[in-house]
Amino acid sequence: MARALINVPAKAKRGDVIEIKTLISHTMETGFRPDSSGKLMPRDIITDFVCKYNGEEIFRAELFPAIAANPFIVFSTIATESGSLTFEWTGDNGFAASGSANITVE
Amino acid sequence: MMPKGDMPQATRRRFLIDTAALAGAAGVGFALATSPASATPASMRAAIRRVIGEAAVNKGRIKIDLPPLIENGNAVPLTLTCESPMTADNHVKAIHVFTEKNPQPNVISIRLGPRAGRATVSTRMRLADSQKVVAIAQMSDGSFWSDELEVVVTLAACLEGVL
Repeated sequence: MARALINVPAKAKRGDVIEIKTLISHTMETGFRPDSSGKLMPRDIITDFVCKYNGEEIFRAELFPAIAANPFIVFSTIATESGSLTFEWTGDNGFAASGSANITVE
Repeated sequence: MMPKGDMPQATRRRFLIDTAALAGAAGVGFALATSPASATPASMRAAIRRVIGEAAVNKGRIKIDLPPLIENGNAVPLTLTCESPMTADNHVKAIHVFTEKNPQPNVISIRLGPRAGRATVSTRMRLADSQKVVAIAQMSDGSFWSDELEVVVTLAACLEGVL
């Protein structure tokens, strides 16, 4: 399983806008690069990223080969209630990874 | 008999003309050789139409943040910022990014909503050449807003082989 780094503040005040940073290890092979024998290497990228806050989708991104290796995505949300944020990455060749982070809202 | 001075001048003129012709041919050859692997402005326009349909696109309300001079196109920090209050009835629904000369025009398609609080998203992208990057934001009222930026890339991404 791919290594994912997720940065969510552990605590926030209700109504605050919090910044969420995610990074996942993945080559994001574009499908446009030749290997040492000159043949194009097949595409192998992460195509979708979804973030849910207590089960409700708050952010989604569709990625293309023009996203750099080890996709790094920073976005924000409003701290509404304590609970968990879940993150899912899916991609070519059945790639799937997930992660989660807890937040306490006061 | 020709004066002595004429001959070198004629040769120089001939040389200049030939060089210009050669350079022109080389330029065309170069363009032909590199074009198959890259999206063109036309294909970028087509990709934009595929994503947003026939809607009119206005300038403004979104800003692309990229370094103007990029040494390494393999991982370029990209920040997209939209001016929007991000309320339930006035927010950014989606942001799409396109490039002119990458092998494929699409870069990323982002969906967000009023729960984002702030319409700012960052990521890292690849750039295959010095080119124009276009971002389009779709607002909750159905309008589209865009920004474009010319960037200069010295080391390109995507096209190099594996060493």
